[in-house]
Amino acid sequence: MAQAKLVAPFSPGGATEIDAALARKLLELSLSAGGDYADLFFEYRAGADYVYEDERVKAVGRGITLGLGVRVTKGDATGYAYCEELTWEAMAEAARTAAQIAQSGSSPSPVDIRALTIPNFYPVLVPTLEMLAPEKLELLRRGDRAARAHDKRIIKVQASFAEELKEILVVTSDGKLVRDRQPLMRFGVHAIAEDGAKRQGGSGGGGGRFGMEYFDAHPPESHGIEAARVAVAMLDAVDAPAGSMEVVLGAGDSGILLHEAIGHGLEADFNRKETSNYSGQLGKRVASELCTVVDDGTISHDRGAINTDDEGNPGRRNVLIENGILRAYMQDQLSAKHFKVEPSGNGRRQSFRHNPLPRMTNTALLAGPHEPEEIIKSVKRGVYAKRFSGGQVNISNGDFVFSLTESYLIEDGKVTAPLKGVNLIGNGPDVLTKVTMLGNDFQLSDGIWTCGKDGQSVPVGVGTPTVKIAAITVGGTKA
Amino acid sequence: MASYATDELKRVAERACSWAKKHGADAAEALVQGGAELSVKVRMGEPELVQEASSRALGLRVFRERRTALTYTSDLSDAALEKFVAESVELAKLAEPDELNELPPHDQLATAVPDLELWDDEALSIDAKAAIERCKKGEAAARGFSPKVTNSEGATYSRVVGASAFASSDGFAGGFRGTYQSLVVEPICDDADGKKRNGFWWTADRYLSKLEDAEEVGREAARRTVAKLGAEKIATGQLPVVFDPESGRALLRLLFSVISGGAIYRKSSYLLDREGTSVASKLVTIVDDPLIARGPGSRPYDGDGLASRKNTVVEAGVLKTYLLDVYSARKLGRQSNGCAGRGVGGAPHVTTSNFILQNGTTPAAEIVSSIDRGLYVTDMMGFGFNAVTGDFSRGAGGFLIENGKLGRAVTEITVSANFNDLLHDIDAVGDDLDLRSSTACPTFRVAKMMIAGK
Repeated sequence: MAQAKLVAPFSPGGATEIDAALARKLLELSLSAGGDYADLFFEYRAGADYVYEDERVKAVGRGITLGLGVRVTKGDATGYAYCEELTWEAMAEAARTAAQIAQSGSSPSPVDIRALTIPNFYPVLVPTLEMLAPEKLELLRRGDRAARAHDKRIIKVQASFAEELKEILVVTSDGKLVRDRQPLMRFGVHAIAEDGAKRQGGSGGGGGRFGMEYFDAHPPESHGIEAARVAVAMLDAVDAPAGSMEVVLGAGDSGILLHEAIGHGLEADFNRKETSNYSGQLGKRVASELCTVVDDGTISHDRGAINTDDEGNPGRRNVLIENGILRAYMQDQLSAKHFKVEPSGNGRRQSFRHNPLPRMTNTALLAGPHEPEEIIKSVKRGVYAKRFSGGQVNISNGDFVFSLTESYLIEDGKVTAPLKGVNLIGNGPDVLTKVTMLGNDFQLSDGIWTCGKDGQSVPVGVGTPTVKIAAITVGGTKA
Repeated sequence: MASYATDELKRVAERACSWAKKHGADAAEALVQGGAELSVKVRMGEPELVQEASSRALGLRVFRERRTALTYTSDLSDAALEKFVAESVELAKLAEPDELNELPPHDQLATAVPDLELWDDEALSIDAKAAIERCKKGEAAARGFSPKVTNSEGATYSRVVGASAFASSDGFAGGFRGTYQSLVVEPICDDADGKKRNGFWWTADRYLSKLEDAEEVGREAARRTVAKLGAEKIATGQLPVVFDPESGRALLRLLFSVISGGAIYRKSSYLLDREGTSVASKLVTIVDDPLIARGPGSRPYDGDGLASRKNTVVEAGVLKTYLLDVYSARKLGRQSNGCAGRGVGGAPHVTTSNFILQNGTTPAAEIVSSIDRGLYVTDMMGFGFNAVTGDFSRGAGGFLIENGKLGRAVTEITVSANFNDLLHDIDAVGDDLDLRSSTACPTFRVAKMMIAGK
């Protein structure tokens, strides 16, 4: 059952609708000190979360944020201000504050503002946020019960459901007006298994820009069982090896390695400033020819999908690396101007309180020619990496670290003992040249990832087939 | 412009609590925060970003028949706020009763709000223009330090000023305000192998006059970055490892994650049932002290409204206490020791205030000079900690120690150990503690860790 439809105050039918005429007045004010370009980012975000612990609904939370971010650029410099009330006084004050980045010069007057129509990559029947809570609470109970029932060694379970509905309105001084409505949900279960003195944790979860229909294909039980399975499997984990060896990345979740190791270095801001290892590498070989990497904001319902980016440019599929050759960077407006290319639909921001930056959407390494079994079989001694808790990269030299939460030893072509938590450390550009086999089993990760950059978090998607890397340093404790 | 008058915020918080009772809540707590930020970045001598804004928000927790709801809003007008409060009370019906859900016992609430000197009037004297000047100076000093500094991620000046007020329907109402500013400079060098090496240095304080000179920050940033040139992997093997105060802090954060009441009642810690036992070397004493005047993590009362107090967490290697808030203490059948933190967007939860590994007696320089061959860690990367088992593995960078001296730069390796062993293997604690950040430690040495490299 659904409750009342949520409408942003600035949307048609909202309490303080913002139309093209009003936006134009604000843009004129924003450019009054001599700025080259200005844009307005209106955002309304309603979110809720539910936590189920100790077999009861422990907490329910809800919050709403509303605001306007005003950006003015002059050359490469950006002035930014925001307000949390949509009164004329508050909006005008933000516009005047942002305008100050320009100290002189004449500004273009905003051209006629035209509303753009954009495709919808995430149509949902009803956003989960507009569904009544009891149905969602039942999902948590089901996930919890499935985890407990999976194995009697499961002693603690926590299930959570987080959802949001974000409406944005972007208006730019070069004449774009774009509205989007972005649903997002994430379901997760965490389980702890205990056997004598040994304890281990495991997680399962997923989501994306879905309505409740997500659970038809991914019932909460599947996540509960997955959390319990990992926790129990890890009870028998042995010390991981240390040193450089062959590593096989499992399909799907391993995309986070790609995201960190290569993706960030291909964001145009770092390349514009020549602080990335990929600066000046366009058209050159940067990876094994097996590798084709895309960033695709148009993948239906995926966590990182965007109909429009946060600068009013449509979400797109961009080929970054084609058969090992670097083809393009991910651009925001500022960088696109510098590189004299079209914006690629990668200008994203955490909220109206943040200025946009080039960011990934859904980043994927496309399928290759090999059978996954054949890949495992080819490894004499190495590590099979299945699940990651996260990673980090140093953009300027590509060094990265990833934490594995589920991994196994490979001995003589067979997956054997589970390994205790371990890190993979390497260098992004280097690792891409060492991809020697690529599976035909491409998978998108079920949407759980959030990417951080400059203190801003945005939801992203990742995907890979099974990948074999000839040598990567495994940070275990056993020599 | 934001208001930093805590009395006004306190009145809003108290009003929200009384509305909650009026609309059927048994009890309620409200936290109101108002603040303003200034953030300025200069890169290659030119301003890149100037951001200025202020904001206000209210977070509410309501209790109704032992059910709770947590809500937040940024619309603090009277009419909107009363409607929001009424909806929050309604929302609580969705939760299930938990007998532990109630306000803290009245007699545990703070009765006074000590002045911890967290506010500096002078902080506000820096406007965007003055901040740009400081950034320019810092960055120019870094770029001028050596021709090896070939690029820059820029210099950033950030300031937050804010006021916070907390009220509960049980009669507690308090407020305080604070200032904090920082300058960070991030130079880049080109290495011979085509790799770029980046580094940074920073200064931060609640008091403007205590910030280090911008040019000194820039030079130190450049010195640290240039030193990384030529960094390479070292061979896999066991070595003694020295953590400098910047990298060591990350280990303290991990220790916190396994002594917080939440981790204990969820059984997500390898330190379960370990109070009163040895968890670290005898050289290790760790305190959490929210009452340090001008401290970056100081707070006059905690997120549950309890009086702040200093807790000795580890004394000469023995775990004296977990850190507890009211809820986790009840879960464990204990009393809170005043360690709740709270933001407007969520429930109170255990946090640290000023979490400090106390100075030892070994001069920091001696810690290095007494090692024949070892690793000196200045940077750590990634996550890699299993709280349940204590297994620790992290990306690291720094310098090789050879014959008591810092030698060539090291990168792209991991350092690993079980945390229980790591803490017990600490065989030297330095004397160079400084309080620029709320989690702080002096230089210390771990007798042996596994290094994974070539």
